[in-house]
Amino acid sequence: MLDTLKLRIYQGKQYIKDIKNATVKEKFRGFPIIESDTIDETICPLGAISNNPAAVDMGKCTFCGCCARNTKAVKFTNFYKLASTSREKLIITEGMNEKDFYKSAIEVNKEIKKIFGHSLKLRQVSAGGCNGCEMELNACSNVNFDMGRFGIDFMASPRHADGLVITGPISENMAFALEDCYKSTPDPKIVILTGACAISGGIFQNSQKLNREFISKHKIDLYIPGCPVHPLTFINALLDYLGI
Amino acid sequence: MNWLINDNNKCESIFDIPVLSINDLRQEIIQMKKRVVGFFGKQENDNVHLFVVLADDSEGKLYVSSAIFPPEIKEYESLTQELPSFHMFEREFYEEFNIKPLNHPWLKSVRNHKNKYEFFEMKGDEIHQVAVGPIHAGVIEPGHFRFMCCGEKIYELEIQLGWQSKGVEQLFLTSHSNRLAESVCGDSVVAYNIAYSNLVESLSGCEITNKAQLIRLIALEMERCAIHIGDLGAIAGDIAYLMGASIFGATRTLVINTMLEISGSRFARGLIETGGVNYDIDLALSDKIVSVLDKVSNDVERTVKTMLKSPTVASRLEKTGIVSKETAIEMGFTGMTARASGVNLDTRFDYPDKWYKDIENRSTKADGDVYSRTRLRYKEIKQSIYIIKKFLKELEKYSTEPLRVHCPNKMKPDSFVVSMTEGWRGEVVHIAITDTNGKFSRYKIKDASFNNWYALALAVRNNGISDFPLCNKSFNLSYCGNDL
Repeated sequence: MLDTLKLRIYQGKQYIKDIKNATVKEKFRGFPIIESDTIDETICPLGAISNNPAAVDMGKCTFCGCCARNTKAVKFTNFYKLASTSREKLIITEGMNEKDFYKSAIEVNKEIKKIFGHSLKLRQVSAGGCNGCEMELNACSNVNFDMGRFGIDFMASPRHADGLVITGPISENMAFALEDCYKSTPDPKIVILTGACAISGGIFQNSQKLNREFISKHKIDLYIPGCPVHPLTFINALLDYLGI
Repeated sequence: MNWLINDNNKCESIFDIPVLSINDLRQEIIQMKKRVVGFFGKQENDNVHLFVVLADDSEGKLYVSSAIFPPEIKEYESLTQELPSFHMFEREFYEEFNIKPLNHPWLKSVRNHKNKYEFFEMKGDEIHQVAVGPIHAGVIEPGHFRFMCCGEKIYELEIQLGWQSKGVEQLFLTSHSNRLAESVCGDSVVAYNIAYSNLVESLSGCEITNKAQLIRLIALEMERCAIHIGDLGAIAGDIAYLMGASIFGATRTLVINTMLEISGSRFARGLIETGGVNYDIDLALSDKIVSVLDKVSNDVERTVKTMLKSPTVASRLEKTGIVSKETAIEMGFTGMTARASGVNLDTRFDYPDKWYKDIENRSTKADGDVYSRTRLRYKEIKQSIYIIKKFLKELEKYSTEPLRVHCPNKMKPDSFVVSMTEGWRGEVVHIAITDTNGKFSRYKIKDASFNNWYALALAVRNNGISDFPLCNKSFNLSYCGNDL
């Protein structure tokens, strides 16, 4: 017993006090900055880069850094607040910086804020996810990030949830279960796409075994880019969306 | 010779692989009494070419042979009757090529459950079914579990997977890249990427520098270390030992944040590229890694000792979810699952490269229960930290070497390579065959989970259903590694 107490005291408190202003290490590849009006599109194995105008689609990008290593046209900053309520805003063009992006990326919905601002319970559905995003979402609830302090938690049943968090490119075999889960979630509800796979199919976008009907059928409330999504990206996206 | 004897990561001509009749091949496989690591088909015009890779782990050699099924032959006598470890491989082969292994005891599909499937059912007044999934209560990947219970006791568990199936092997044929390799199984990013890179480098005759090799292996061991710590936390959480769950969770953060300092990603995505690695570990970073690992080692040791001393913890872990050594050998379980049952399989030491050759690998006492799997993880965390420190020291000698060398785009035509890497779960096997143009004509991936899922089904028999999450976490098998 004494050992247990000693260990507990030795560990102390390890939570990140100010989640909103936490910094990530310099090497982290976050918001991309484009410094040229043309980029070699073929560099990107994901097709996230396009020209006319030169752009990087954060909804497709896995932040692998391949473009930054091979050209001078793209540079990654360690800015991690990458989420947006609009799919189009994830496309970053030349000259955009992280501050401009962040200012308009997330539109707070007043009604959502009123209903879910103090408590948001989510149901996570991995629809072909590789376990990368899933592990990072689990990390959101660990003692470092401690998402629960804001009243945001993952629920065991969609019937107890206010929204869905989807990871993975939505495999054919999971399409029915995902739709079922959506139907089981009571209204009003929100749908959050987490990670490059969920937003665009990511590296699996050309697979024959996907069924992404769900995405076109339902309203998507929040897009959170990453591969996998960093816990700080995820938590801050929700805080901004709820206007906390 | 009926077998081609090959090494790990060694490129051989496809024409050197013997082609036998299926009956002869079957007899050969039964006589060889070796462990199966590959059993897969390849469509060649109208014929189906079946390749078999067996492993001799004591001498570190791979045995390859094959058989051709002309279109009129649609069945053969199954191997599973004689060698149960083939059961998943034959099911997969049947599903993909519709060639039926006769008298297979359980010829159920692996990934595509198109038709209505009747689960195994027990009948009786006291018997009830529990269906779980595909969407689970926690934040994990999907899979379906069907329990046959009598009261609280599990009599039988049937595991139905395939929900994650994304056609990964097909994607490797059309557009393979390091990015695809590291996305197959997101908790084994480094292991998968090393297996793929070694394979491509072997096919294109590219020799990477010592420095790049060491950085890859450091990342591999850090991945092992991070996941094992995280899983110790999950095991602690499942027995409501919440202090353990919290401390291991925070300790894992230290390790993966160090990975971020090396590669810019907490899971080392973007670190490994064919031809070498993208990021260096300089002296300052090396010192930092050592100091973090010292703290991690100390914290893990202290927490594990405190945890395992607690009688309530021991009572939940000991004699729960047992997989015997005999079962593990017979069913062909690999990696951590096998080691926890006393079967010493570890690709790092069975097929050693020049770095692992001198590292001593002591086996520990293993009873095949959750306690053994917990102890094994603890042992492997300590071992990985020791290896990382050793490799970091080694790395200093090669500081002037380049990180990456040019890897020719062209791969050898008509070749065959088996690439095995020991991920934290066990062997990650990538097998490739190239066509006359030097393009992949078949890419086969086998995760340790493909063998080991059945270990979970056997482990939970006669255990309370409340111990299922604990048993499951003690293995922590991969869904997408199985479903591909």
